[in-house]
Amino acid sequence: MKPEFEHRQASHCESGVTAILASESGVGISEPMAFGLSAALSFAYIPLIKLNGLPLIAYRMPPRAILRGVAKALDWRLKIERFRSPQAGQARLDALLAQGKLVGLQTSVFWLPYFPPDLRFHFNAHNLVVLGQENGRYRISDPVFEELVECEAADLQRARFARGLLAPKGLLYYADAPAREPDWNRALAAAMRRTCRIMLNTPLPFIGARGIHRLARSVERLDPQNEQATKSFLAHLVRMQEEIGTGGAGFRYIYAAFLQESAERLGRPVFNELAEALIEIGDHWREFALVAARMLRGREPMMPRRLAGLLDGQAEQEKQFFARLQRAI
Amino acid sequence: MRKDEVPQDGGRVLSGGRKAVYAQDEQGRLVPTKSSGWEPEEVANLYAVHEFEALAETARQAALAGQRSPLEFHMYRARMDLALLAQTSGLWRWRIRRHFRPDVFAGLSERVLSRYAEVLGCSTAALRLPETP
Repeated sequence: MKPEFEHRQASHCESGVTAILASESGVGISEPMAFGLSAALSFAYIPLIKLNGLPLIAYRMPPRAILRGVAKALDWRLKIERFRSPQAGQARLDALLAQGKLVGLQTSVFWLPYFPPDLRFHFNAHNLVVLGQENGRYRISDPVFEELVECEAADLQRARFARGLLAPKGLLYYADAPAREPDWNRALAAAMRRTCRIMLNTPLPFIGARGIHRLARSVERLDPQNEQATKSFLAHLVRMQEEIGTGGAGFRYIYAAFLQESAERLGRPVFNELAEALIEIGDHWREFALVAARMLRGREPMMPRRLAGLLDGQAEQEKQFFARLQRAI
Repeated sequence: MRKDEVPQDGGRVLSGGRKAVYAQDEQGRLVPTKSSGWEPEEVANLYAVHEFEALAETARQAALAGQRSPLEFHMYRARMDLALLAQTSGLWRWRIRRHFRPDVFAGLSERVLSRYAEVLGCSTAALRLPETP
């Protein structure tokens, strides 16, 4: 285990891990930079894909998009491996650790014993970094936690080989070569353009700003008389928005931090102004969650149409924002 | 959101720990800031937790009354639904539903039981009892 490793808490697992590994590989980037550089910000409402019976609502690109996006931007060889058996997976992990490598893992959240019990649901795309192993206990830098954590081999195995949607199959990744400083002008511009396209120009109606409108339509159709189904959906919506794995408003703030860093790197204050605008959008997402939670608690009458209206407003704000960003690049 | 606006609502979902969120410092720069919890998150998460707890309790009572097998209780105890249990165990939904019948469940082989046990995180012996292992 590397004695000089400094654990830093991040807001999101994959961007946190990517920042750790990239920095270790020679290009010190922050979590927001990892997030923005990989064009990870998005929105998708896909009713056909169910998570615990409820439709998928994602505020970022699919799992591993951050790792792959940063690897591409930094011309950085990141090896990704999967395994047929837990034994093979553990053997490989131990071998890489013995070489002194930092190893990233994709795991289930449900089977990690150090996770708070109330957050242990079946979500299989969590990311963490393993620092070392001693007597069958692994030392882990899990970015969303304040301190380093430990995990027994059997538990880690179960978390790595959990089945279901997005089953990790023991997925691990590590740097195979040093990362390279990019041409920041080009890399940042390309990344921002990609994000704007995703949010504005995707022909699919459930992606981007149009996807937010789609979600608004579904919320509108919720029947306040069917309390259980409606509350279930709203609780799911708030969790998808605010949870560690998928945090909507959180991602808007992370992207705004990325814009602030970009303003500095590129010497262009316009990105600071845009950051301010995006922070406000993030604030409004949080207000939406507040209203939804009050309805869940029964502190306010259950009014799906009011929530749909708020979501329509969010869609318009995001549309205008990304149009502004697109023009500024 | 400014640093002094970052909610410190406490609660139980973070088990006393804190998460990091980005908030603006005095210069307007977004910096990682710790939050001990936020009420909407608490409300939403606990709603989901209680939903499963309620389902598990109903299934547990049904098992104690001999109307359902303990399998349904263990499924909800592990925060799974029928679709997920089917996906993870590899058994088809209609078969799992059959196994919710006490008479059918009682006749299941160790092999089938161990497929459930593996994905539900308990022993086959524990599966036969409608109790948290």
